[in-house]
Amino acid sequence: MNPDRRQVLAWGAAATAAALAPGLRLVELAQARSPQEAASKLQRWGLLIDITKCGECDACVTACHEENGITSNARPATDAQWIRKVSLRDTRTGYAQTLPLMCQHCEHPPCVDVCPTGASFKRADGIVLVDKHTCIGCRYCVMACPYAARSFVHETVSGQKADVPRGKGTVEACTLCVHRVDRGATPACVEACGRDGGGAMAFGDLNDASSAIHRRLKSEPSSQIRADLALNTGVRYQGL
Amino acid sequence: MASIQYREIDGRSGGYAALLAVLGALIIAGLAAAWTMEHHGHHITGMSNRIVWGIPHVFAVFLIVAASGALNVASIASVFGRELYKPLARLSGLLAVTLLAGGLAVLVLDLGRPERLIVAMTHYNFKSIFAWNIFLYTGFFAIVALYLWTMFERRMNRHSARMGLLAFVWRLVLTTGTGSIFGFLVAREPYDSALLAPLFIVMSFSFGLAIFVLVLMAGCRWTGRALGDVVLNRLRNLLGVFVATVLYFVAVHHLTNLYIARQHELERFLLWEGGIYTALFWLGQILIGGILPLALLYGTASRRALVAAALGVIVGGLAQVYVLIIGGQAYPQLLFPGKEVRSSFFDGVVASYAPSLPEVALGVGGVALALALTAVALKVLPFLPRSLADGDIAAAAA
Repeated sequence: MNPDRRQVLAWGAAATAAALAPGLRLVELAQARSPQEAASKLQRWGLLIDITKCGECDACVTACHEENGITSNARPATDAQWIRKVSLRDTRTGYAQTLPLMCQHCEHPPCVDVCPTGASFKRADGIVLVDKHTCIGCRYCVMACPYAARSFVHETVSGQKADVPRGKGTVEACTLCVHRVDRGATPACVEACGRDGGGAMAFGDLNDASSAIHRRLKSEPSSQIRADLALNTGVRYQGL
Repeated sequence: MASIQYREIDGRSGGYAALLAVLGALIIAGLAAAWTMEHHGHHITGMSNRIVWGIPHVFAVFLIVAASGALNVASIASVFGRELYKPLARLSGLLAVTLLAGGLAVLVLDLGRPERLIVAMTHYNFKSIFAWNIFLYTGFFAIVALYLWTMFERRMNRHSARMGLLAFVWRLVLTTGTGSIFGFLVAREPYDSALLAPLFIVMSFSFGLAIFVLVLMAGCRWTGRALGDVVLNRLRNLLGVFVATVLYFVAVHHLTNLYIARQHELERFLLWEGGIYTALFWLGQILIGGILPLALLYGTASRRALVAAALGVIVGGLAQVYVLIIGGQAYPQLLFPGKEVRSSFFDGVVASYAPSLPEVALGVGGVALALALTAVALKVLPFLPRSLADGDIAAAAA
């Protein structure tokens, strides 16, 4: 049996792909960041949360607090909360929704603007963090955050995770699981939502035109919370 | 021209010792409170993740605002050339420094990590109004100290007017900075207004002068110095103008909000349905801190009325700062317009706050520190004139 022209072409294409694939993979590896390398502004990490898929569960909250060693002291007013489920009800129509709310990792974060010592800072890749060594505990950032996303550590902490330093008298918030992101993994909330929840949360590089999150943001409607403040949040919502 | 004779207070009476003992006890209580808060963490206070600034901040902001205002009497003498105020200028400069020291002590001791103050002195984010304030406050100490030196040292007297002008401009910038701590909070409806900077300036005029009048009257009375009606009546009129100006700015702020539909809920909270905050606004800030002092200042010429008016301004001022700082945080942040919001983090509800004993002790300790520093300084250096009797004042001003 003689192969026809079409089949030859297909084999040729397969051979070319097989030859090029390792090379492409090398390019990808070359672009990946080594642990010693600083975060790059080529990336902008973010989340896309489709709240039409968000149900009454709190898998994201449980996973976040487990991952980051956030424990409750049974004092709701002062316990730290890095992520919370918020229930909404339209005051006119009664339409009810629920969504996870955390640090929105703004491009222009008010918390960073107001911090007197520069302890609140934004990494080049858009992740907003608190330097635990220079935070003096003034709480001005908590006053400035439009999303009430920050917590002040009101008492001695125990059971800290090696990757997630915490300290009494300092302010903290969602880190977008920066320790996982730097290892190439996704934040704990996103993973848990995909596994145990409604699969409402997606994580990725907003700048990478080939990423799923970028493509969805380009082709589907989405919104920011308090978009009027023009902070260009890294966390976007659908169905809000 | 007869020169003004200044003299230290004697400071050997039982009353003076008792005063320092009481103030010292309050300072120690304040320090103990700060240590307790530091040791256990802020969960032992009434503050929470919704009310992150509590009673200590009310006292601190009140004292810092009053400090810049206390300098006004000296400014009127140096900058605006009113000779009548000149004998009062030294005390005015002293109170500016001591009130600021008391306020800053409270602010610093309430920090989550007060031992890291050195970090705040070595790491600056110049976009932060807090960072500017660190320079404005330390600069204020230095400038007022130099200003006092030009008043005390005869050879430096000729520089007094220029230093007075610098101190006056600096204090306006400083209070603008304090007001802008709140004015720049774009995401919170109760703040987010450029009006807060000038409002804080007129508040400083009023609070600072009220404290000045009380300290002056107490200082003269307890040390047997004559204090004539000419000086007091001038201060009485000035205080009246300042109180009325504060009421004007407060009215404009609320009227502006009432005009803007998205601020209606906030105004309903502050003026009508806000419980303790509404009560403090109408009874504390407006009635005790505004209308009553105006009636006392312009309705009668008695000294008791002046004292009562000044006390009213201070009580009303504390109520005003309480409503602003704590009421402003208690009001829920607007996250989702048109939606009712609920969460485990107390979104969408008015946050509750009950001041705890350590917080109050820290705040009162700051007041005690300011007064103790004043009392000690009056004994060490000649801040007070020997006499402020009408005849002596007229001779000095001639």
